[in-house]
Amino acid sequence: MKLFSFSGGVHPPYSKELSKDKPIQIAGIPESLVIPLVQHIGTPCEPTVSPGDKVKQGQLIGKAQGFVSAPVHSPVSGTVKKVEKVLHPLGQYVSAVSVQSDGQEEKDYLEPMGDRIEELDPKAIVDRVMNAGIVGLGGATFPAHVKFSPPKEKPIDTFIINGCECEPYLSADHRLMLERAEDIVSGAKMIGKVLRVSRIIIAVEENKPDALQAMNTAIDSRNMISMVTATKYPQGAEKVLIKALLGREVPSGGLPMDVGVVVSNVGTALAVCEAVRDGKPLIDRVVTLTGNGVNAPGNFLVKIGTPTSYLVEHAGGFAGTPGKLIMGGPMMGIAQPSLDVPVIKGTSGILILQEEPFMHEEHLPCIKCSFCVQACPVSLLPSKLSVIAEAKNWKLAEVYGVNDCIECGSCAYVCPSKRPIVQFIKTAKLKLREIKAREKQ
Amino acid sequence: MEKENKTFILSTSPHLKSAETVSKIMLSVVVTLIPAVAYSIYQFGLYTLLLYVVSVAICVISEYVVVLLRKRPFTLGDYSAVVTALLLVMVLPPRFPVYGVILGSFVAIVIGKQIFGGLGYNIFNPALIGRAFLAATYPVHISSYVLPKLGVDALSAATPLARMKFDGVLIPLKPLFFGMIGGSIGETSAFLLLIGALYLILKKYIKWRIPASIFITVFVLGEIFHLINPGRYPDGVFHLFAGGLMIGGLYMATDMVTSPLTHRGCIIFGAGIGALVIMIRLFGGLPEGVMYAILFMNAFVPLINRATKPRIFGTGT
Repeated sequence: MKLFSFSGGVHPPYSKELSKDKPIQIAGIPESLVIPLVQHIGTPCEPTVSPGDKVKQGQLIGKAQGFVSAPVHSPVSGTVKKVEKVLHPLGQYVSAVSVQSDGQEEKDYLEPMGDRIEELDPKAIVDRVMNAGIVGLGGATFPAHVKFSPPKEKPIDTFIINGCECEPYLSADHRLMLERAEDIVSGAKMIGKVLRVSRIIIAVEENKPDALQAMNTAIDSRNMISMVTATKYPQGAEKVLIKALLGREVPSGGLPMDVGVVVSNVGTALAVCEAVRDGKPLIDRVVTLTGNGVNAPGNFLVKIGTPTSYLVEHAGGFAGTPGKLIMGGPMMGIAQPSLDVPVIKGTSGILILQEEPFMHEEHLPCIKCSFCVQACPVSLLPSKLSVIAEAKNWKLAEVYGVNDCIECGSCAYVCPSKRPIVQFIKTAKLKLREIKAREKQ
Repeated sequence: MEKENKTFILSTSPHLKSAETVSKIMLSVVVTLIPAVAYSIYQFGLYTLLLYVVSVAICVISEYVVVLLRKRPFTLGDYSAVVTALLLVMVLPPRFPVYGVILGSFVAIVIGKQIFGGLGYNIFNPALIGRAFLAATYPVHISSYVLPKLGVDALSAATPLARMKFDGVLIPLKPLFFGMIGGSIGETSAFLLLIGALYLILKKYIKWRIPASIFITVFVLGEIFHLINPGRYPDGVFHLFAGGLMIGGLYMATDMVTSPLTHRGCIIFGAGIGALVIMIRLFGGLPEGVMYAILFMNAFVPLINRATKPRIFGTGT
């Protein structure tokens, strides 16, 4: 079997055994949910409901604003309590709708369109993806309909379903491939039809042979194949994956469509299938709740807007002294201050790590060991960038390619001086954006 | 909005860190040097043990004092001062005076390292700065060698390179390889140095391309000159195991802080050192040139880094 891989990368402890054999459980309906009106990259939604309104499961509660935006629907039936600013998992305060659930699950879905690919109209599929509020479920949360509407001058020949799940600890995609392979394949074919591609590739990391087998069994079309990638982080990063599978390099500052490719996560394909076939908007997703800080790690089908505290209780409560609460995986996930944050469309995992001494360690100067240079999957000099950014030399950071960084964290993972390289780089990117904005004025 | 009770630690991703630390790396270097250090004490007597102890003490104390004066967090836990101390003594002659070692250790840490900003900021290998200073200060002491316990060339305590250069006598390979020869305290056993370095290479604590490039360059150039004039110039193998090439190539040129970041850079750096070593050994005024070759190439590291900057993903051709 040919293994597709890339140069650079790291092998962190995967720790997937905590949850990978746990079937997806339905997390249930919390009493109250908080649904942020921005759960995607793009313009925030405007609320369509007011406090006191009755809502049904699947009813629109946030209207998309403009093309690069994605609507938000109520995950439960119940009553709108408040529309107020809450802390969003990405760190800002954003408008959110609080819904008190009535436990009835009274549905208000979109019109089911069936799953007979030949009979589906590509335009109708894209509209459905847009109206169902589907975003990239791998974590990037880019509105899916935008991705599926490339401009005419950028023909797409390959659609990649990303089932690598290279982030340690996470197993949501793994379980989806095992349990929902046919729906994923069906969703992939719908997207393939929209993009008019000649081939669909399902990429699975070598460490998930059972998922690979499930996908291979479900594949029922000649233009769809599976490809196995090496178990290495960040194999699932879009640009890294395209290079590994097809040998094509997404140009600096460009998008996969610039090289004729669109990549979607397996969860996204499933959401598309459910939206088209059943008319179900994106109101729930599979989340891996794991880490040595919870008693019963597992994979859960969670309503969007479910508070983290509810889920932690569901997973048997805390084990030991919890040190970090992370939304996403340990390599790219975002540390959260409190259990109040809700699950959003981009929440692939919730990781709770027990407090450990290294979490408080101070960093040392760079000793130029070059571990990070060898680990960087996009051939940057992270050590140099970290020193430049530490000295606040933003312009020089740009020369050294700071904007090409994919923030995978491989550099900071291997750093023996424990330098927060990604933090330096993120700061430099932010400062450069500010400088650019000022220069435009 | 202050209602959250912030119980969790906030920091930027990644939230996993590898087990490698600076102190672990430096401590590994110290440990892998121990066989060669022990052998040198056996070969040249307890006096060398005294030198090691003095040097470690002075290096550690100087580092401590400077860090205190600079009001910086204390970084002794990283063992890098101990590495500097051991390496400095290892490249000094066996009967080097104690006061010289005190001075050299002080210079290595203060001038070689702390003046640049401390760990990670120095341009030159600190131990070699210390030795270069001593070579200039005590030119007689630095070139006075004694016969080791297991010495084979009983006629002279001179180093194999000095014998070659000034007397035209070539020491055979076996004593050369196992260190039954005259020379600096810790440089004589190529065998023990290679074993230690092999471990560091396997752990990726030293960039193997540097010694590989140095040794290939030295061997090839040495062999070429040997073929041109076998009577005058020694062969490539002799060059490899004589003098400070092993300790310099394996332990000093590979100092992380003062060597290049990229694979290509390491190869260029090593080739430069190798070529300079042969030039100094064959055509210079000194019998040995490893120290100056490394210091010279240290100065080029920023330039080499810039010249070998990798092509960023998605850019250029």
